[in-house]
Amino acid sequence: MSSLWPELERVLGEVQKPARYIGCEDGMIIPEHRPEKAAWLLIYPDTYEVGLPNQGLQILYEIINERPDAVAERSYAPWTDMAGVLRRTGLPLFSVDTHRAAGEFDVLAFNLSSELVYTNLLECLDLSGVPLHTTERRAEDPLVIIGGHCAYNPEPLADFIDAAVLGDGEEVVSEISEVVAEWKASGRSSRDGILRELARIEGVYVPSMYEAEFDGDRLVSLTPRSAGIPAVVEKRTIADLAAWPYPKNQLVPLTEVVHDRLNVEVFRGCTRGCRFCQAGMITRPVRERPAEQVRTMVTDGLRRTGYDEVALTSLSTADFSGIEQVVATAVADDVCGQVSVSLPSLRVDAFTVGIAAEIQKARRTGLTFAPEAGSWRLRQVINKLINEEDLYGAVGSAFSQGWRRAKLYFLTGLPTETDEDTLAILDLARRCIDVGREHHRSPSVTISLGGFVPKPFTPFQWFGQNTETELRRKIGLLRDGLRSGGKTYNGVKLKWHDARASVVEGLFSRGDRRLGAVIEDVWRHGGVFQEWGEHFDISLWENAMARNGLSLDWYVYRHRTLDEVLPWDHLSAGLHKDFLWQDWRDALEEVGLEDCRWTPCYDCGACTGYGIEHVVASAVPPAGGSQGTGQPDVVGGGVPVTLAPRPRQTAEAAT
Amino acid sequence: MRLRIRFSKTGKVRFVGHRDVARIWERSLRKADLAVAYSEGFSPRPKLSFGLALSTGYESRAEYLEAELLEPADDADWNPAQAAAMMRRIDEALPTGFDVTAVAPSDRGADSLQQAVTSCTWEIVIDGIRDGEASQQIAEFLARNEIVVERERKGRTVTEDIRHQVLALDVTGATDDGVRLTADLGTQPRALRPDEMLAAMDPPLRARSVCRMNQWMSQGDDRIEPLSVDAAPAPLAELRA
Repeated sequence: MSSLWPELERVLGEVQKPARYIGCEDGMIIPEHRPEKAAWLLIYPDTYEVGLPNQGLQILYEIINERPDAVAERSYAPWTDMAGVLRRTGLPLFSVDTHRAAGEFDVLAFNLSSELVYTNLLECLDLSGVPLHTTERRAEDPLVIIGGHCAYNPEPLADFIDAAVLGDGEEVVSEISEVVAEWKASGRSSRDGILRELARIEGVYVPSMYEAEFDGDRLVSLTPRSAGIPAVVEKRTIADLAAWPYPKNQLVPLTEVVHDRLNVEVFRGCTRGCRFCQAGMITRPVRERPAEQVRTMVTDGLRRTGYDEVALTSLSTADFSGIEQVVATAVADDVCGQVSVSLPSLRVDAFTVGIAAEIQKARRTGLTFAPEAGSWRLRQVINKLINEEDLYGAVGSAFSQGWRRAKLYFLTGLPTETDEDTLAILDLARRCIDVGREHHRSPSVTISLGGFVPKPFTPFQWFGQNTETELRRKIGLLRDGLRSGGKTYNGVKLKWHDARASVVEGLFSRGDRRLGAVIEDVWRHGGVFQEWGEHFDISLWENAMARNGLSLDWYVYRHRTLDEVLPWDHLSAGLHKDFLWQDWRDALEEVGLEDCRWTPCYDCGACTGYGIEHVVASAVPPAGGSQGTGQPDVVGGGVPVTLAPRPRQTAEAAT
Repeated sequence: MRLRIRFSKTGKVRFVGHRDVARIWERSLRKADLAVAYSEGFSPRPKLSFGLALSTGYESRAEYLEAELLEPADDADWNPAQAAAMMRRIDEALPTGFDVTAVAPSDRGADSLQQAVTSCTWEIVIDGIRDGEASQQIAEFLARNEIVVERERKGRTVTEDIRHQVLALDVTGATDDGVRLTADLGTQPRALRPDEMLAAMDPPLRARSVCRMNQWMSQGDDRIEPLSVDAAPAPLAELRA
């Protein structure tokens, strides 16, 4: 039970960026470990620079450490050079807070936000000295738990994880802590007993307690092996963000990380209803933080950290009711010198750009918009209802206010997409350049193109992903179009995501538990850090699939039918399956759907199922419309919206 | 006015690189609410200048930086009595492992620290070697007229004689498992690093830890520190007591 620091400091001189492994951040907690406390190691299975800023992990870190019966420390995936050093010297994975061996913790909790990090999870388990397979673990081994968006289809990881936690973690970590602390107090007897206890907690799914039955290729059923285990595991949702003003002490790293700034979450959930967007579907309903609390978190946070930049985070920050007030306060607060505010997710309208202009006094270099599809037809299919006029208005507004570059995000490989839709992206970009020329001699527009990966709990979960070849062909269409267009496209640049990586993401996004063998195979062949272009190797995955007799065609490229049992049917994000199916049919009919924050409920299930409601301060959508001007603000003749009263007690809402 | 700050960097944070240290200072001075001047232009940065870079992994008790302050504006407005309070404010804003040991106004017209510093004193701990053995090896090393090594310079490998940069080297103590060396190494035109010197010994030595104890500027026949800790106002320990 001692620190590994003396051994580690001798080897840190041998690795790149040793500051990744020292901890020492402002805000770091040195918890008091005691035998009766549940000890969590929160692991982000990517590099320190990517993992440290993760807000979810930091929130749980604080909440757990506030409890008298639990402690939490942090760890990140060691880069390949460090992993080599650890293996050579026989040192295990360790926490960065007190440099304690991972194996000494009771819970190894992984935050999973991308399918490509699954092999890093195995790497971390192996470096911890924890048996990879749940079936091989003994009572003294740590419990391996995952959370984050990938937990909504944890089946590919079923062999390796003891439990997956669905939804908001704020409340459930405490319930898990209690169960684990009791288990320790009782002498940490059988592993089966603790797993059974965990499975009884709402939001906790224990894969080993469920039997997956296959008929040939097809999954026939996924059902509890015994009584007392829920047939369907529901996600957890906190009713009121105001009750959870976390992180209170955001970690300030000593070395540069991504998103190296103060981050304040202004709301959780999104009801714009973009059909490709899993985050928007699984985090419903919208729960705004009171503007006053946001202001306090911004000013206190800037003072405490010394950061000169704050990001107001959410899935679509311009939709926040208090956006103008909050921005005005932040900009006026000169306590920390020249504060810059960033909105990581801009909406495509001039109103948003106006806000951006107000706050981005300095460093006005580039603005990013996400029209997602090139043609109006396809934007109706995906329910991203942005008119071309909205886009040109926004881009024009940006160029007229000093920005020189615009970045436009698009997806390709969307349902019903034709070559005409794909090529329309070039027209949009060209016209954005034309708009920009009115203000600058050489405006620049970058098209950033991602391959669409269908995700569970979205209307597109039944859609067969475009093949790698097809995605490459579509990228090629745009590349060739740009090249052959000559001067027409002066100022337009094209960047794209590796289509092969999209294949692997698609494989695990909707995969089942047979894929565990594939993850293990790739890891055994050295496939770690697959989300890093320099390490990604598609042949590792193709070979692993072939060795296990599994087919990419079947898992990735195949359309699903309504009667098919999906590997996540026994899990629930609150969304009714028939709502999702109807929305899928509507997509194919090119019919849009309103944002229900300001319009009557269409009963997707996320609120009604859990007896919770939107927490939105403003009764009207912000200027610019609820979804750009392409969508009416209110349907059904202006039905007044009943706003949810802020729940008085969270405990009440949780039960 | 221009404020010169001396600080130490010890413990785990010795693995933080030079660029990151600069960022830590920017944040810490904002936290300390010091009125630091910013550069003009598109992307304003606080006006800070750092002395000789310290290799990642080395500790130091003699790091320096200078900050351009708007308040007080002139050296004439500097009240030495405020120095202690200012030191405490900055020290509290810094992360664990970084400690301010002295502050004083600095002459704007003078050479930059990088140009003015001519040598550094280092304390080096070597494991697995006995005192006599180390002394013998050092004597042989210093007896050489020429010590030619290959060094990386701007991405190219060049050969250089480093003998004249080893100004002093002695065994100054014993540890449980080895010795403590003290070395004075030249910094002009380019600083000689302790590990470069140790690698040139026969057989090459490897340090378990290295700490920069002093930086020196020439003043006539004498050498002085850019800011000596003794001359500094009341040490923090007393303030906190």
